[in-house]
Amino acid sequence: MSTATAQKQGFGATLWDYLTTVDHKKIAILYLVSGGIFFLAGGLEALLIRIQLMVPDNNFVSSGMYNQLITMHGTTMIFLAAMPFIFALMNIAVPLQIGARDVAFPFLNSLGFWLFFFGGVLLNLSWFTGAPDAGWTAYAPLSTTSPGHGMDFYVLGLQISGAGTLIGGINFLVTIINMRAPGMTYMRMPLFTWTALVTSVLILFAFPALTVGLFLMMFDRLFGAGFFDPTMGGNHVIWEHLFWIFGHPEVYILVLPIFGLFSDIISTFSKKRLFGYSAMVFATVLIGFLGFMVWAHHMFTTGLGPIANSIFAIATMAIAVPTGIKIFNWLFTMWGGVIRMTAAMLWTVAFIPSFTLGGFTGVMLAAAAADFQYHDTYFVVAHFHYVIVGGVVFGVFAGLHYWWPKMFGKILDEKLGKLAFWPFFIGFHLTFFIQHFLGLMGMPRRYWVFHSGDGLDLGNLISTIGAFFMTLGTLIFLYNVIITSIKGEKASADPWDARTLEWSIPSPPPFYNFKQTPLVRGLDPLWVEKRQGNGKMTPAEPLGDIHMPNNSFIPFMISLGSFVMGYGLIYQVDDSRWLFVAIAGLLITLGSMFVRSVKDDLGYHIHKEDLEEKGAGSE
Amino acid sequence: MSDEQLQTLKPGQSPHEPEKATLEGKNKFLGFWFFLGGETVLFASLFGTYLALKDKGAETKAQELFGLELVFIMTIILLTSSLTSVYAIYHMKNLDFKKMQLWLGITVLLGASFLGLEIYEFQHYVHEYHHTFTSSAFGSAFYTLVGFHGGHVLFGLLWIVTLMVRNAKRGLNLYNAPKYYVASLYWHFIDVVWVFIFTVVYLMGKVG
Amino acid sequence: MKGWVSKSRILFLLSSLMLVLTGCGRSNLTALQPKGEGADVIFDLMMLSVIIMVFVGVVVMAIYFFVLIRFRQKKDQEDFIPKQTEGNQFLEVLWTVIPILLLVILAVPTVQKTFMLADTTPSEENKEDAITIEVTGKQYWWHYNYNGQKIQTSQDLYIPTGERVYLKLNASDVIHSYWVPTISGKMDTNPGENTNEMFLHAYEEGVYYGKCAELCGPSHSLMDFKVIAVSPEEFDQWVSDMQNVDTDATPESDSAQRGKELFTEKSCIGCHAVGAGGGASTGPNLTNFGDRAKLVGYKENTKENLVTWLLDPEKFKPGNKMTGKYGNGDPVNPISEKEASQIADYLLQLQPSEITPEDAKSTDSDSEEEK
Repeated sequence: MSTATAQKQGFGATLWDYLTTVDHKKIAILYLVSGGIFFLAGGLEALLIRIQLMVPDNNFVSSGMYNQLITMHGTTMIFLAAMPFIFALMNIAVPLQIGARDVAFPFLNSLGFWLFFFGGVLLNLSWFTGAPDAGWTAYAPLSTTSPGHGMDFYVLGLQISGAGTLIGGINFLVTIINMRAPGMTYMRMPLFTWTALVTSVLILFAFPALTVGLFLMMFDRLFGAGFFDPTMGGNHVIWEHLFWIFGHPEVYILVLPIFGLFSDIISTFSKKRLFGYSAMVFATVLIGFLGFMVWAHHMFTTGLGPIANSIFAIATMAIAVPTGIKIFNWLFTMWGGVIRMTAAMLWTVAFIPSFTLGGFTGVMLAAAAADFQYHDTYFVVAHFHYVIVGGVVFGVFAGLHYWWPKMFGKILDEKLGKLAFWPFFIGFHLTFFIQHFLGLMGMPRRYWVFHSGDGLDLGNLISTIGAFFMTLGTLIFLYNVIITSIKGEKASADPWDARTLEWSIPSPPPFYNFKQTPLVRGLDPLWVEKRQGNGKMTPAEPLGDIHMPNNSFIPFMISLGSFVMGYGLIYQVDDSRWLFVAIAGLLITLGSMFVRSVKDDLGYHIHKEDLEEKGAGSE
Repeated sequence: MSDEQLQTLKPGQSPHEPEKATLEGKNKFLGFWFFLGGETVLFASLFGTYLALKDKGAETKAQELFGLELVFIMTIILLTSSLTSVYAIYHMKNLDFKKMQLWLGITVLLGASFLGLEIYEFQHYVHEYHHTFTSSAFGSAFYTLVGFHGGHVLFGLLWIVTLMVRNAKRGLNLYNAPKYYVASLYWHFIDVVWVFIFTVVYLMGKVG
Repeated sequence: MKGWVSKSRILFLLSSLMLVLTGCGRSNLTALQPKGEGADVIFDLMMLSVIIMVFVGVVVMAIYFFVLIRFRQKKDQEDFIPKQTEGNQFLEVLWTVIPILLLVILAVPTVQKTFMLADTTPSEENKEDAITIEVTGKQYWWHYNYNGQKIQTSQDLYIPTGERVYLKLNASDVIHSYWVPTISGKMDTNPGENTNEMFLHAYEEGVYYGKCAELCGPSHSLMDFKVIAVSPEEFDQWVSDMQNVDTDATPESDSAQRGKELFTEKSCIGCHAVGAGGGASTGPNLTNFGDRAKLVGYKENTKENLVTWLLDPEKFKPGNKMTGKYGNGDPVNPISEKEASQIADYLLQLQPSEITPEDAKSTDSDSEEEK
């Protein structure tokens, strides 16, 4: 209903609605759209990188520009594309899967998004004056001594968007723990919700390490501190530790929800219950736990000594076990099932071998001694692209095809979906498979040029050709999105014959989600009702008034204040008058928080009578 | 439901735990505990950094720099403020708003005097020993760790004062009880962090 | 050990046909044809992990393709409801235990070799003779200090074959990483106190290509260096030649003689030392400049290139520390073309040793270059 009225609104009203919304479904769309834009920017950067490396000794971009491109590509893809995609999917699916009307803290949900958004914008504004150029890992002292303001934008941009992510993590934790519908016990939660829970825990414990690291770097760069400066007694290895204490769990933060949604998709399109559900849950938790024990495997060549290297090598190898459990459980979920090869399933099926290969190279990299050869070469580049593209990006495409009807009420064109898949899939393997060998043949990563005669020409050319195929696939997908929104097929509540709660309500759902909170009678609750009941959820409560939170413009203002403050902090080095800008930003933020604190915000009620008029909302 | 939340609660009324009587309250309670979990990682990272950089690049080493007398007094003050905030929450659970405000007021006074002493302490280091934020890696790490804590104290004070002023006239209700409760949780957390700072920075610094 | 190596090589050739397509890369740059102890040890470990992974991969892929072909929805299956299997304890234990066993097989040699490669102190009986070299990474070149031999040099690292040469790694500005793939794995060079150690042990003579493997600025990809492994006798010859350089020798040609004067006048000498005994090390030591395998790490060491470099270093190494520090301080053409030519003549005749990269070319290692 809400979207129907939204369509009748003018542009201004719709814009205002999105600026102030606290509805998790709309916030999901905000995350998706901004993530999509950043994804295209990061993709363009990747393409420029590959063009530069198409032929030896190329001079397509300058070396300084090249370092900016690789830094921004990595930073953008991880923080500004993958993260919001994950949050988009979690926002649309988690509350619906557990039978909740919204997240635990709708206001904070909005705040989390706007902080992320303004952080991302701040980071990308650096393109006008010189982008960060010390790699996405920003190793000191290169990052602390990098001239210009590029790295300052990196530090402030990530600090602001990181705060948003942390808030989002806490929000989903509380939502999943406190807001589940009656009967939705932990061991009945869909795997996607489980993985969202574990990911939120990882966010909570990983991001503060990055926060501290970024603070230290900011103090070094902008306020003359000496944390990473050897001449002042500082030690740059601290940055490496802090960054990877955050950075390694970050990998699992991205990939775990994707594991979850693959579990849901495989189960749905095989018409089978997930094989080894409890083992899958256990494996998820174990991966999350081990994810914190392995950060130093990024630092095997830093010189931590053989004892530390061995311990971290073994801990890293151990992660292969729960990951392997997952792969086999997926295969055996499909075993004996009825596999429908929809676009969502196609991406999922393609994920299994791609990600498995990334897992294999992961184990190879874990062998500390051997890592002395792999480290910082194209072998590593190939490995993490296999994991992140073959895992996360494939997963996001699958998840978008799967949940698009729930988000927008229309089904993404299946034919175009498959047409987008093939060039992307082929291009992906073309681009990255050869890079394993390039690395072993002596090509370090982050190389602006390679020399003719070094035997690296053919491999790099193949890799670049692959990148164009991936671009083609992405463009077809974009075309699909546009064409679907113009004349797409309207979706029913349950277009995939699915198994979980989100498919028991209309597509898109009314803004209050469930007219009556459903009663959950087992794992895959909708499937249970389809087999044992009339195919509809039994309400757990009589029809009554629904309490809803008010929209608020304050999250936008708090985030805007941080953005202004960040800008002021960056430039106060050049001219101390910028400090006033920073203080003004701080005042906007604190003032908005103050208003939020003293103004009562009790929300409103949708009355029972209005709900009845609207007919049987929860089908 | 929501209007009921604004009804002033009087002593003797139910519920006994007003901070957890509503779903919003329960969410806030749980969410805030998680937030403190994140804060723990934040301070753990700062402690790690401090320990790695202790005495590095500094002319005056920790042993010489720190005097325990003042810091000991500060510790007593902050520990006491934690106790007074416990009293405040005790009165909140009995729905005795006036006594709660009184004890919170004492907490704020103690917190403010702690902050004053800390500023004096920093001044002392800067003027007597030229131990500044930019003088060495040790200085950077010390002021960052202790300063982050000080910043938390300041924020806590502003928060509690805001709550006290905002609700002075309307008393306790189900809407603001969780707010008071999490503010006191925050205050306890700050206190615990200080115990670690006192041990790791000052005591261990003095012992060498 | 050796038998295992040759076996694994056969398997390696079988298992990765992909390489046939591209070759193994340049023979003195690739890590896939090890010619040194470190690279060799790592190659064995690499092959072990590849074998394990290929085994697992075959199993996974077999199930994968079977499932996808066998259980695709058939025409008449629209309404078919498959059996809702909850799991299978036996299978689940199986695919937990087998991977653990496989990982143990990999973990044991991993730990063993990690410790072996970290053994970077010469043994007691060897202590006197062992060669220890301090390596310093700088934007964007490498400085070497042969402690025992009292020789300082830059860019080309001369080592004897058949023994471990011990390196102490450091950096003076940002982190770099010292990597000679064909001989050994890499190790970071850290600024400050975190000195790292590694050893190089080349089995055969050759000019081996080295790369910087940690992003260090705009010219990161141009920070190439060479390791020149020569026979122990040739190495001793090189050492004695370098120790006895006559720094006051007058160059033969007039142009080079003038170049020598300009070297002082244009303040080159403020940063660059000529003479292996030491001196300024802000810029590379130029004692054996005429013998360098490459100019600035990656260009042909010709006069033409050298003149170009002297007139505008940014052309070859963006962001280098030399630009603007000599001559009239101008970033472009700080000295006249004629002066550049004279300095080039001077530098290129600095060939104090009989032992040059040519002597290391007994193997095929550099033959590709001529192609």
